[in-house]
Amino acid sequence: MSMNREMIGHQYPASDSLLVTHDVIRDFALAIGDDNPIYVDQTVAQSFGHATVCAPPTFPIVVTMAAMEKSFHDPALNMDFTRVVHSDQRFEYVRPIAVGDELVVTTVVEDIKALGNNDIATFRTEVSSLGELVVTGWSKLVVRGDE
Amino acid sequence: MASRIKLSEVSVGDELPALSMTFTREDLVAYAHASGDMNPIHRDEEFAKSVGLPDVISHGMLTMGRAIKVVTDWIGDPTAVIDYSVRMTRPVVVPSGAGVTVDFGGTVGAINDDGTARIDLTATFDGQTVLGQARATVRLA
Repeated sequence: MSMNREMIGHQYPASDSLLVTHDVIRDFALAIGDDNPIYVDQTVAQSFGHATVCAPPTFPIVVTMAAMEKSFHDPALNMDFTRVVHSDQRFEYVRPIAVGDELVVTTVVEDIKALGNNDIATFRTEVSSLGELVVTGWSKLVVRGDE
Repeated sequence: MASRIKLSEVSVGDELPALSMTFTREDLVAYAHASGDMNPIHRDEEFAKSVGLPDVISHGMLTMGRAIKVVTDWIGDPTAVIDYSVRMTRPVVVPSGAGVTVDFGGTVGAINDDGTARIDLTATFDGQTVLGQARATVRLA
């Protein structure tokens, strides 16, 4: 079973939006063990020139992974999501994510190629808030083929 | 974006202060809830072994999330990180109990014409590298 190459370039409909609150940023920062006060204290964030609290660099995974997982279940993609290993991740920022953003993700199947028995799929996730691009993610996933 | 480190203060090859962080089963549960990644390989020992893993493993994204702390502690303002990428080359195996320690490091890999710097990151567990090609681009003051 291999993935459907005709889906390269396919764009999935935009995800539901996530409102970025102080709580979701604090919970994510705590979960990665990052005690930087800039993630919890508005005064500290303002001392660095921000209007409000901003999110840690890998925070967008909260919305991009959920958006990608929806596409994994698309029968047209023919992807065995039980055999998926996340191998590479990149985030490229246009601007920081901050409290008050309403994040929406558009997922694009950027590439699918074979490596031995495996398929290597690259998904591009464009994260925007109120129609403006904030950060682009790229996730490379290895779908293990039959032994 | 207000890094407290100035571009004029850094040179290629400079080492950032290293960090060691402990990964416990409780950490993986907390990360699963915060990130929404509820895959049982990150909490259920029996399940992890049934799919051929030695034990419960950490989320690769938790390792990625922690590695960048070397950079963000150094520059002060995490939003000065404008690009960050990693390859997850090997899992961090997390047995029950006290957990395991992962060592993180960073080196200034390049200074770019646009005033940004590339930081090359390392993550080592049990004497082996767990992240490859881990790079962050930061906008320095």
